[in-house]
Amino acid sequence: MRVVLAEDHFLLRDGLIRLLEAFGHEVAEAVDSGPGLLAALTAHRPDLAVVDVRLPPGFADDGLRAALAARRAVPGLPVLLLSQYVEPLYARELLADGAGAVGYVLKDRVSNGTEFMTTLECVAGGGTVMDPEVVSKLLGSKDRDRGVAALTPREREVLSCLVQGRSNAGIAEALFVTEKAVAKHIGNIFTKLELHACDTDNRRVLAVLAYLER
Amino acid sequence: MKEKRSRGFSPGRGPVAGLQALRRSLVLSGLSVAESLAGLLFGLAVTTLGIGLGPALLPRAACNVRRLADRQRELAGRWSGVDIPAPCDPPPAAGAADRARLLLKDARTWREWRWATVDPVVGGALAFAPIALVLSGLWGVFLGFEGERLAGEWGGVWFGFVPVDGPVTAVLAGVLGVCELGLALWVAPRTVRAHARWTRRILAPSEAERMARMTHRIEHLSSTRSHAVDARMAEIQRIERDLHDGAQARLVAMGMTLDAAEHLLEKNPEAVRGLLAEARKSSAKALEELRDLVRGIHPPVLADRGLPDAVRALAMVSPLTTEVVFEVPGRPEPPVESALYFAVSEALTNAAKHSGAGRAWIDARYEDADGMLRVTVTDDGRGGADVTRGTGLRGIERRLATFDGVLAVSSPAGGPTIVTMEVPCALSSPRTISC
Repeated sequence: MRVVLAEDHFLLRDGLIRLLEAFGHEVAEAVDSGPGLLAALTAHRPDLAVVDVRLPPGFADDGLRAALAARRAVPGLPVLLLSQYVEPLYARELLADGAGAVGYVLKDRVSNGTEFMTTLECVAGGGTVMDPEVVSKLLGSKDRDRGVAALTPREREVLSCLVQGRSNAGIAEALFVTEKAVAKHIGNIFTKLELHACDTDNRRVLAVLAYLER
Repeated sequence: MKEKRSRGFSPGRGPVAGLQALRRSLVLSGLSVAESLAGLLFGLAVTTLGIGLGPALLPRAACNVRRLADRQRELAGRWSGVDIPAPCDPPPAAGAADRARLLLKDARTWREWRWATVDPVVGGALAFAPIALVLSGLWGVFLGFEGERLAGEWGGVWFGFVPVDGPVTAVLAGVLGVCELGLALWVAPRTVRAHARWTRRILAPSEAERMARMTHRIEHLSSTRSHAVDARMAEIQRIERDLHDGAQARLVAMGMTLDAAEHLLEKNPEAVRGLLAEARKSSAKALEELRDLVRGIHPPVLADRGLPDAVRALAMVSPLTTEVVFEVPGRPEPPVESALYFAVSEALTNAAKHSGAGRAWIDARYEDADGMLRVTVTDDGRGGADVTRGTGLRGIERRLATFDGVLAVSSPAGGPTIVTMEVPCALSSPRTISC
């Protein structure tokens, strides 16, 4: 898979290039600024863009803005955003166009190589991956909500994994349970939150997140 | 024609200056009429205080008078170089009843009302005098031409103390008229200046008043400064405590776990795997706590996006369904932004925790005229919030007072609760991020 990388921190950029190449992916270009990213994305049309939210020259949310601009130019361009902190507001902006193929995870998660690769492949394939912390922030505040309050701790764990864009098999593997158990939990979650069953993993992520930030 | 604004101002000479002064006299006369009306309105507002209409009318009436007084001050400075010191503004207050009460207690309001009633008489006379001369002079000139005929028709006509009943007296009247016109041109600049000096005498605040104002302001500054220092110390102590009990403790535990893993490496490799996983979890948790700490000091979204988006982010994670409307064309200074962000956050948390509300509305507007940023947080809970009881609201008040801001709470039992925060600030134009 061809990847364009945008990261201004030298060590992390270097580390990411090595990690990607170790898993057999090709780094088409590695940039270190917002304007550079936009140019690279338009030029290379990669299979995936891995972008740090904080980039020069603004050192604010330049990466996010560049990613949104690129997705306006190339709808559905898979983008994985890395950040020091997760802000539910940014998550909402990423999901706004409803095209999927977007990921928003903490940089801390990069330390787990295999997990990071799974995330990359999920996003490149059109899936949606949100950091569990996005969910826990939204969940934590909605405790007064009837539906959310009725979830058992196990169901919340399943919800966390679900929002990372994993399939039932992936969730089963992560939580050391059977796939049937996972399916049952998900069914319960959707009933308690009064959501319709969704056909794709992608759609159910969007459904859950849309519910949570209402 | 450029008008000088310096102290050593000297009026122009000659008929041109005279004509200019006549024009100004007209303006001043018009203002006198407006003043008498404004004074009457203010008096009306005061008398209706008893029936309850007063508090609504009073601020507006006082504002009218104040506006006219300010205009006179400005004109006195501009046209005659007479500098009338503007009185200091009283401490701000939110809420109509409070404002009305402060206005009544303010000596400036009464001084300006006294001026509004007396000035139309004295000042008006000063302003109108040259105009009266002009009118009289024109009458005289007119008589110079038509006096004889009119005397015949009306049986005698008077011009001042000169009876016009023949060609000689008509010509005399005409000559006198021209003289009066000339006199008007000469007198006008002087009466305008006299008017300005009169205005200063009656409108400038007394020495005692100025001293009282300054003392009050110094007290206010001292108390807000000590509150700000206390708040800062408390915050530093909180950060220190959070670091010590949170991230630091976790890192220590992690070190111990890794140490144990090191010792067990030969004897029990399987246990080591478990310990390493535990160490990784501790590290992740420590990072999470550090992130939360940073957010409690200065949230990244506030620094990056500014107040509107930061408040929207607050609304997103609040249990209440919150609507946010922000009509602020620019960004305030970072300290003001930060104070307002935490104030709104506290108000929203209060609404969620104590009032049993389901919905909230946050509204922010900027008044260009007085440079005020006003934010209201409304909720549909059961009301009963009181600044004197809860420390949360008191904390918001103190935080805002450092920037000369005010807090007003309207929270009748049964709701709804409206928390209004007002801070004077200047806005910078929004930063454009090129992408």
